[in-house]
Amino acid sequence: MTINLTVNGEDVSESAPARETLADFLRMRLQLTGTHMGCEMGVCGACLVLVDGKVVHSCLMFAAQASGSVVETIEGLSERAAIADIQEAFHQRNALQCGFCTPGMLMTAQALLSQPGVPSRDEIRDALSGNYCRCTGYEAIVDAIASVARARTAATNGCQVGEVAE
Amino acid sequence: MLLKARAFSYARPATIAEALDLFQAVGEDASYIAGGQSLVPALALRLQAPQTLIDIAHIAELRGITCDGGWLRIGALTRHCETLADPLIAKHAPLFHDAAPYVAHPAIRNKGTLGGSIALADPASEFPAMALAMGAELEIVGRDGARRVAADDYFIDLFQTAIEPGELLAAIHIPAVRPTHRWAFDELARRRGDFAIVGCGILADVRSEQIEDIRIVFFGVGNTPVRAANTEQCLTGKLLDQVAVQAAQAALADDLSPSDDEHTPAAMRIHLARVLLGRLLGRIAGET
Repeated sequence: MTINLTVNGEDVSESAPARETLADFLRMRLQLTGTHMGCEMGVCGACLVLVDGKVVHSCLMFAAQASGSVVETIEGLSERAAIADIQEAFHQRNALQCGFCTPGMLMTAQALLSQPGVPSRDEIRDALSGNYCRCTGYEAIVDAIASVARARTAATNGCQVGEVAE
Repeated sequence: MLLKARAFSYARPATIAEALDLFQAVGEDASYIAGGQSLVPALALRLQAPQTLIDIAHIAELRGITCDGGWLRIGALTRHCETLADPLIAKHAPLFHDAAPYVAHPAIRNKGTLGGSIALADPASEFPAMALAMGAELEIVGRDGARRVAADDYFIDLFQTAIEPGELLAAIHIPAVRPTHRWAFDELARRRGDFAIVGCGILADVRSEQIEDIRIVFFGVGNTPVRAANTEQCLTGKLLDQVAVQAAQAALADDLSPSDDEHTPAAMRIHLARVLLGRLLGRIAGET
């Protein structure tokens, strides 16, 4: 069947079988391999993408269901520099080792930080409850997200942006 | 391991009538899909392999939340994240609101639907149990029209409800809570977002600290959400003091008969259910 959707700002029209997940569609047909597939059953969170502005598992959705939708992948967020500060914070804090889970972590972080207010560490952990990392043990990931949360709030409050005190 | 669904054909009806006709045309080897957060893994694991998926997620009639005549009508396609955020649900059907943060993880809540959860009727899920606790009525549509089934008659057995093949759950009707109502929800799970070992929701009508009426529903303890009828009866007409709570905890053994599973012996599950009951009744009594 023909699947029409917008991916990272570009209109896409591709033929794919109905049983193809959005994750496979993005990776195999569009070569957008930043979306990772760990469990293929909605547990690990490595395949998170934005569909119509909401973070969802691309392994828990068939491409056919997404037809007509606006999809943004980690490549889209990265290329338009929407998450440059989160990426930098992950780098600074060593919040990744193998990097397999990182696209999903960044998606969750961006969704959380797009909401009003500064999330507490507990709220960050709760938001990350659906993202598995088997290397770092989460502490550095929570640190990185917490530092961006403070920096973004400081920036919107008109304060000097720079190194944010712990 | 590669988990891929067996091939199927896909249809996206725009109306309920169209969806029912499609199902009729395909026969029982069709499956409706809404949010798909339980169905897609089942397809990936090939626990299910329908010929046709009928995607009902774009049917406008299945959306919307309205309050009228003391009843809240929640369209089946209301997503879990909407159930969490909607002010009408928070006000009139508070046990859905209170349970929503415990349903899976944020990304699942962005896609999963209230109707899907209640139609699937996973015995470990929060929303089916809270529908029972609040005395919901389920609006089911078929080719012969619509009917409303009381939650007490709706849950039949494991993943089995009053919905007949081809029928759709269109909406969940909840009697709006009144000023004399108190409620409490909690669950015990190994990790946040996991299915609960045991969970409970209570809705009580309390006047002058005396319980006029109470509905206590547990989940994760049997093939369906379970109303603790003996415990309810034991509490009705009582002042909610320590003696009444202890009697209720003792009565619970007559209501629950969970089976052993690989992680949790039945005795442990009943013990945890008693702990949870005590905590929730304490909250309802106004203790902290």
